[in-house]
Amino acid sequence: MMVIRRPLRTKPNDRAARTHRIRANASLCVAGVLLLLLMAAALSSPLLARRPIFDQAHPSLASPSRALPFGTDNFKRDMLPLVVNGVRISMTVVAGVVALSTALGLALGMLAGYRGGVVDRGVVRLGEITQAIPRFLLTLLVAELYGPRLLTLIALLGITSWTLLARVVRAETLSVRSRPFIDAARAAGARTGRIIIAHVLPSVLPQALVIIALTGSRVVLIEAGLAFLGLGDTARPSLGLLVASAQPFLRYAWWLALFPGLALAAVVLSLNLASDGLRRALDPRGREHTGDLGRALSV
Amino acid sequence: MSRRSLGLNMAGYVIRRLLQVPVTVAIILVITFFLIHAVPGDPAIVIAGAEAHPTEIEAVRQAYGLDQPLGVQFVTYATKILRGDLGTSYTLGRPVARVILDFARPTLLLTASALVVSLLGGILLGFAAARRPASALDKGINGAALLAYSLPGFWVAQLFILYLVLRLGLFPLLGYSEFGTGAPTGVGHLIDVAHHLVLPVTVLALTEVAALTRVVRAGLLEELNQAYVNTARAKGVPPDRVISAHAFRNVLLPVTTLIGTRVGFLVSGAIVVESIFSWPGIGGLVRGAARSNDLPLMLGVLLVISVAVTVTNVVTDLVYGWIDPRVRLG
Repeated sequence: MMVIRRPLRTKPNDRAARTHRIRANASLCVAGVLLLLLMAAALSSPLLARRPIFDQAHPSLASPSRALPFGTDNFKRDMLPLVVNGVRISMTVVAGVVALSTALGLALGMLAGYRGGVVDRGVVRLGEITQAIPRFLLTLLVAELYGPRLLTLIALLGITSWTLLARVVRAETLSVRSRPFIDAARAAGARTGRIIIAHVLPSVLPQALVIIALTGSRVVLIEAGLAFLGLGDTARPSLGLLVASAQPFLRYAWWLALFPGLALAAVVLSLNLASDGLRRALDPRGREHTGDLGRALSV
Repeated sequence: MSRRSLGLNMAGYVIRRLLQVPVTVAIILVITFFLIHAVPGDPAIVIAGAEAHPTEIEAVRQAYGLDQPLGVQFVTYATKILRGDLGTSYTLGRPVARVILDFARPTLLLTASALVVSLLGGILLGFAAARRPASALDKGINGAALLAYSLPGFWVAQLFILYLVLRLGLFPLLGYSEFGTGAPTGVGHLIDVAHHLVLPVTVLALTEVAALTRVVRAGLLEELNQAYVNTARAKGVPPDRVISAHAFRNVLLPVTTLIGTRVGFLVSGAIVVESIFSWPGIGGLVRGAARSNDLPLMLGVLLVISVAVTVTNVVTDLVYGWIDPRVRLG
């Protein structure tokens, strides 16, 4: 759990700053608890899976009861382990995409900001071009053409989702680059790679985390949207696919749509809260900052 | 700065932004060209369709110059596309450009309505929240906006269908209008279409209202700390007028940016929403094309939507430059 402590620049009785800090931490706390719960669920699902998820031993379309709290689907499967397993699959995709886009965004952003010149212009151009590609449609198309393989999906979303992070990291790097401690490191003979890893990275990381969490929440929704359109792998039912399979049964079985959707909303909300809390906590003025927020809403 | 150089600067800015359109089109062309050739198998068969007659396949091979070197092929392909020839859909047997035009109207109606609704809703709610910062209303609106921003649209659509359509019967379930109930013209038809439009637009606008509310609120709060606002207050301007006449103008800037960046989301959202409500637009078209592996149709939609999104982005940027002189002069 991340708790942000800020130096006491403001007077201790500065109410606005205090409520601001509390609110930031409240968002972060809720986000942290939600994320931990979801991750615990996701990690425990292989254990649950030992009781076969696809065990078709229940009545078909049974409404939620004490024994089957999430009800059963049309294949006589218990919805609870299915939803938990869905969380795991959705989170796997997100972890993969976020890892890829974070690596790209951090590396390119820091490189562009630190080196400047041709490298900088190149990275900025590349970002603009990448941004013009409609991610959702392209992924939809490729998944249809080559089959909905998990790795293709992760790779495509990863290489199209790094631009905002790179932009933010570049700007942060630019402001750090000319600080005395970087000059000191350079004067002491440290190499560029070492300066970037040891000195620039820690300074840009907090702002980067705001964007990384948001990218995660966007990717969950994109993946779910694609799965909803039928691009999911039916052997690996993600949350979006579960919501989609509920569509023909809306009239008879509301629980088929409700629980996977709730789980999906919980994943997205926790990531959004984490990002929002971090953004507030990092804002030294303790006020809303439209530029940051507007940027955050355009991931 | 003289008037003349100011004009030149503006022209330079407009030209720089407009140049992005052809660059983007070129990139998208490279991607679609790459996609055609990366599909396993003979590209001619991929384009003509698996069940095409050998003579049709041969015709495609000729038309696209598929027996030529790759570089020449790309030029042939790009020229064809730039002339407006997006190929022929083999499931519908019609030119792709025509098909897209036919299906674009319902999608435009849907996305434009959602945009208008979200602008109105977002500005009103942002206003209401910013009037009394940290009040219960403000906290409520802000929390609701964060929640609404996190909800998957297709799931909200299902909940609406569950309750408003199936339980209460307030809205029609599917489609664009009722067929077979009188002539498809006149006021009755318009009301009918509007009735069918309510749920898809609400679902599509929900996320956008949330995003806009947050930006309008944050923008107003930021502006209200500025010196010019204090001046206006000190002069005795009523509080609501300080917000609506003074602060709001400056909030229009982030709002414009946000709209520009969110057009892409609106389109991908529309694809999903259309498929839930069987709205007869691009979303259904692209899904049908995907299911039947209709490559020319899929690539055509990809191309048209990319260009539309890029053009919208450039237009919002130009509007921004027009509202805020600092951008074009900077």
